[in-house]
Amino acid sequence: MSFRIVVLAKQVPDTRNVGKDAMKADGTVNRAALPAIYNPEDLNALEMALEIKSKMKDAEIIVVTMGPPRAAEIIRESVYRGADKGYLITDRKFAGSDTLATSYAISLAVKKLAPFHLVISGRQAIDGDTAQVGPQAAEKLGIPQITYAEEFISATEKDITIKRRLERGIEVVKSSLPALITVHSSAPECRPRNAKLLMKFKHARTVTELQEEVRDYTELFDKRPYLQIEEWTVADLDANVEFLGLSGSPTKVKKIENVVLQQKETILLTESDKDIEGLMKELIDIHIIG
Amino acid sequence: MNNIFVYCEVTEEGLIADVSLELLSKGRKLANELNIKLEAIVICDQIQNIENQLYPFGVDVIHIAQDSRLFPYTTLPHSSIVVNLFKEEKPEIALFGATSIGRDLAPRVASSLRCGLTADCTSLEIGDHTENKTQKLYKNLLYQIRPAFGGNIIATIINPDTRPQMATVREGVMKKEEFSTSYKGKLKKLSIEKYLKEDDFLVEILERHVEQQKINIKGAQIIVAGGYGVGSKENFQMLHQLAEAIGGEVGATRAAVDAGMVEHSRQIGQTGVTVRPKLYIACGISGAVQHRAGMDQSSKIISINNDPKAPINKIADYTIIGNVGDILPKMIKYYKENSK
Ligand SMILES: Cc1cc2nc3c(=O)[nH]c(=O)nc-3n(C[C@H](O)[C@H](O)[C@H](O)COP(=O)(O)OP(=O)(O)OC[C@H]3O[C@@H](n4cnc5c(N)ncnc54)[C@H](O)[C@@H]3O)c2cc1C
Ligand SMILES: Nc1ncnc2c1ncn2[C@@H]1O[C@H](COP(=O)(O)O)[C@@H](O)[C@H]1O
Repeated sequence: MSFRIVVLAKQVPDTRNVGKDAMKADGTVNRAALPAIYNPEDLNALEMALEIKSKMKDAEIIVVTMGPPRAAEIIRESVYRGADKGYLITDRKFAGSDTLATSYAISLAVKKLAPFHLVISGRQAIDGDTAQVGPQAAEKLGIPQITYAEEFISATEKDITIKRRLERGIEVVKSSLPALITVHSSAPECRPRNAKLLMKFKHARTVTELQEEVRDYTELFDKRPYLQIEEWTVADLDANVEFLGLSGSPTKVKKIENVVLQQKETILLTESDKDIEGLMKELIDIHIIG
Repeated sequence: MNNIFVYCEVTEEGLIADVSLELLSKGRKLANELNIKLEAIVICDQIQNIENQLYPFGVDVIHIAQDSRLFPYTTLPHSSIVVNLFKEEKPEIALFGATSIGRDLAPRVASSLRCGLTADCTSLEIGDHTENKTQKLYKNLLYQIRPAFGGNIIATIINPDTRPQMATVREGVMKKEEFSTSYKGKLKKLSIEKYLKEDDFLVEILERHVEQQKINIKGAQIIVAGGYGVGSKENFQMLHQLAEAIGGEVGATRAAVDAGMVEHSRQIGQTGVTVRPKLYIACGISGAVQHRAGMDQSSKIISINNDPKAPINKIADYTIIGNVGDILPKMIKYYKENSK
């Protein structure tokens, strides 16, 4: 039996580069102005999976992502870098899921991929910085978790040893398998796309994506079945809809407020010698410094 | 029953971590508002006089689980204890530090109890809520307030139907305040055999190096903070020089940390440290809400920015329009000339 690694990766709006045009005039967020990217720490997770795969005799990497149809891009980006295949969990009924509902859906998908040895996720997604989905999926799967992984040390069929990055230090831990690992941004960066794999997989598509294509993929898919990216819906996962979307999400957003700055009476100064000397004198006089 | 629970972290020295004491201080206020009790959970091996440590913060009940296998922290035994205790006690609210430990533990507990959890809250309040569709009124919910979506918005999150209402809060966000030196609660020892199973020890710690916090910007009275506008690691030296001259510490924004100009332990803001110094000098910082969340309670703020429209200027007492590289050397020079 091969050593099976499931990687959880999410497509996120690039909140690190929120520009002025990210907010619409009416104060709502303009998602279209934000490019969709591979969540950065999920790339670290994919790299750790690739490294583990290279150290094990016979290993395979399966990527699972949950999101709208365009999140199929995550699967392509993953196979370009060496993952073996991927599944896209997509269904309108998932919309509005908080971390609990998300981890429920993801855990069902992972269970469908049993028997697996490892599940590897990023520590957190930059759209919310919650860092909850990893541990919650581990709980739902009933397996131990190793959070904040920085370095893969060793593994056998039965256990894994990982170095963790804590806020004030490090820890090396050994866990039995199966286990879930969340990977920290201090772990090695992901390798770039591999040119051969890019050629091989650039036509990988989901059924939903094919509906938008002009070209007929039937023949291509018959010859190269690996190009078909499978989509899983609520029905495929046999999910209880009560646990999904808004109804399955115990956290509700009560209110969203625009950030309005309270205007203080600021004293404007120039960079002239006079202004700056005056300021330093004043700070000394009122005993704030000195 | 139905009280506020705070999970208390234990340091290497057998003390309750600051972040937990801060949460107890906030928890006491919330408990008073709701007229309920404040309870602490301590899961550890060795601990220095726990009652003396906790009662002054207004703790009514300390639940303590002690065993040599419970320190250092590992996820499974701690989460089993917390989950089982919560099933018995049915807390109204449960608070955890947003630390390496709290952010590992709280989601596992929330998943197991199927209840809501909000990470990294910057404020916690009590308030009512009327459900739009059903017009059902929920009284006295915990408002879990945090910046969201790139910080362009502030979201108020609630858990109307599930209990406990769970939240994590970073160190320094709440103020550590003793409630009363003579306060007395009671101590309950948990019999852990009841709560733990063999499977809880599947993860073994082989090696561990944990350092004391080296840089203490949280306690600094003066902070010279730099942002992306400082430009480079070399330019950050000017901030260190000014900080040294005026007796302060250097802080930074996430953008400066991400760009490798300065170490992560100096990051101020929602995902860094929260500070309340007498003086905050913001150099080349635009003033995103996640950054302001960690510094807007500073008594005096000076902004140095070449953009007169930078949002930080709006909360600054003084704004110097110009180049960080030109202004900082002058500040150092005039400080040295004018101080005795
Ligand atoms: C979930 C989440 C959590 C976050 N948490 C944090 C956090 O904890 N802390 C944090 O800081 N950020 C955090 N951020 C990031 C935050 O949104 C901002 O991106 C960040 O604070 C911007 O940093 P900055 O002000 O240094 O950079 P910029 O926004 O790029 O601002 C640079 C400023 O420097 C000025 N400038 C440029 N050159 C010069 C010069 N030569 N002289 C003078 N001025 C100059 C510019 O006018 C500008 O105002 C978080 C973001 C997210 C999405
Ligand atoms: N929709 C999703 N699809 C796949 N993986 C996800 C999804 N949401 C979260 N994850 C995984 O869980 C980690 C933590 O996410 P979060 O709790 O949202 O910060 C991410 O780094 C991903 O690895």
